[in-house]
Amino acid sequence: MPNKPAIIVKDAVKRYGDFVALKKINLSIQDNEFFTLLGPSGCGKTTLLRMIAGFEDVTEGEIFLFGEEIDKLPPHKRPVNTVFQNYALFPHMNVRENVSFGLEMLGQSKSDAMRCAEEMLELVRLSQFASRKPAQLSGGQQQRVALARALAPQPKVLLLDEPLSALDLKLRKAMQLELKHLQRETGITFIFVTHDQEEALTMSDRIAVMSDGEIQQLGEARDIYERPRNTFVADFIGDTNLLAVKVESISGSMVQCLLKGGQRLKIAVNDKIKIGDSLHVSIRPERLFVSDVDDSRGTLRGTVKDNIFIGTDINSLLILDSGDEFRVRASNSDRGNKRIYAPGKQVFVTVEEGAARLLVD
Amino acid sequence: MGSRKYNIRAYPGFIHLTVLCLLILYLPLAIVAVYSFNNSPSIVVWEGFSWRWYLDVFIGLESAKFKLAAKNSFIIAIIAATVATVIATFSATAMIRGGRFRLRTVSFGLISLPLMVPEIVTAVATLIFFNSIGFERGVLSILLAHIAFCIPFSYLPIAARMQGIEDTYEEAAQDLYATKRQAFTKILLPLMMPGIISGFLLAFIISLDDFIITNFVKGAGVETLPTAIFGAVKQGIKPNIMAISTMLLAFSIVMVTLSYLISKSDDKT
Repeated sequence: MPNKPAIIVKDAVKRYGDFVALKKINLSIQDNEFFTLLGPSGCGKTTLLRMIAGFEDVTEGEIFLFGEEIDKLPPHKRPVNTVFQNYALFPHMNVRENVSFGLEMLGQSKSDAMRCAEEMLELVRLSQFASRKPAQLSGGQQQRVALARALAPQPKVLLLDEPLSALDLKLRKAMQLELKHLQRETGITFIFVTHDQEEALTMSDRIAVMSDGEIQQLGEARDIYERPRNTFVADFIGDTNLLAVKVESISGSMVQCLLKGGQRLKIAVNDKIKIGDSLHVSIRPERLFVSDVDDSRGTLRGTVKDNIFIGTDINSLLILDSGDEFRVRASNSDRGNKRIYAPGKQVFVTVEEGAARLLVD
Repeated sequence: MGSRKYNIRAYPGFIHLTVLCLLILYLPLAIVAVYSFNNSPSIVVWEGFSWRWYLDVFIGLESAKFKLAAKNSFIIAIIAATVATVIATFSATAMIRGGRFRLRTVSFGLISLPLMVPEIVTAVATLIFFNSIGFERGVLSILLAHIAFCIPFSYLPIAARMQGIEDTYEEAAQDLYATKRQAFTKILLPLMMPGIISGFLLAFIISLDDFIITNFVKGAGVETLPTAIFGAVKQGIKPNIMAISTMLLAFSIVMVTLSYLISKSDDKT
């Protein structure tokens, strides 16, 4: 028998008066999955998370937890726990009391709850701080207490509401790995909300990209990055060049597209399109090659405008003959065969095979 | 350098005006306090330091009267402050945690209005009210009146404290399997405690010191400390009144200071 999904969201709608925060969301999250809701602020990702936690009621639709409908239950009857954005550690309790709170509310004896809290604090390496008050800890330590507190009652699903946003970059990177590790170790399903696409790509098994109260695309990190379904996803995830094109001819699985300046590009088809359609093509900057010789294999012509050194890579800004701006990223290493040309130089750009992607909307 | 121009101390006459205001405010109190230690029945001629009037308050001719009045005052103040604080705590919870409801602004106005209404008006109105329902005047009528006017005093520090508590704490508690009631008693109430204690102490002092309303609604023969002092003063000011007043003043200062310190406490722990 296949495992039941940890969470099923079925036709869930959330309205505040006339304002529609979520439009008919359908979602299935597998057991033991690190699932991320990714989107800009106001896209509805936090609302969806709070609906699963029970802090927002569902206007229409249902939510199931391992097959059991939970959308009518109050928060304290749902076996899910939340790591809040500002941690919400109880300031009048010490770290150990914070972590054992959930267990005591579940009816465990004080001594059992304390023992379990100690174990959880060991897991997040904070045993020596057990008697401190939250305010006496650093941001990163508070974050780990919040994690320990949410994991202590062994929830069926752990909900994380932008938990890393208050940390500085170095600490955030470390916590990303720690979270991923913790998820593997505990085997608990994590639902993670973030607006940081890099964070989402780093940690997630699957990502749901949201905007305007809708899921724009759902899939594995690599899938979403390399095969974005629409211009929003292509633009939001990573860095990309979006060019307006017109479909000129279709032969088999290949489409010939016309750019503004009259140059042509051959691209693999992925959606239903017809001759004459105006579309966008997305090409990632790291999948382009610049050369000063025209090898006449479907190259685009342009002029170098600027080169920007960013450490690991060098970003070149080109102006294509079509007038479009074009960003090219080359690795800062000799093995990467640095193709850096001085501003003003005319160059030819080759698109890596399969790197250009046609987007219908 | 720029801020120097706006330094309030540099204004002409600032120091003099400040000293004058402080003198007008505190000199009478200081004189009463000093002369309460005067070793003389006179209230104007200083004849050396003595505790005699304090002794007189406790064992003198009028001591029985004052002791009974003090007892009434403290009993009324404790009960009135307790009841008012409980009511104020629930009102604050409803006002600040109840979300937006109709008449929320009106409700806030109704809670704090008694602070603005002239006390004499409240006093007369309360007296008329008790008379019209045939309520017998005595300790109970004083107590009810005190509960009523103590509520806003108790409400303000409690509401101020509660406003500073984010509601994610209660969400976190409910997320961790606490019922609404448990989230209130285990999380919200302890976090509100400094505000509640501060509100209680303030209400207690307001009740203890009240004269106007008490004087209107008290029955014949029932006295609180302020009405007893007023009664005694009508027959001429004696130094024992100064001793009582000084003790009441000292007690009030201690309570108000406590209230302030507690409301400020654990802002950072």
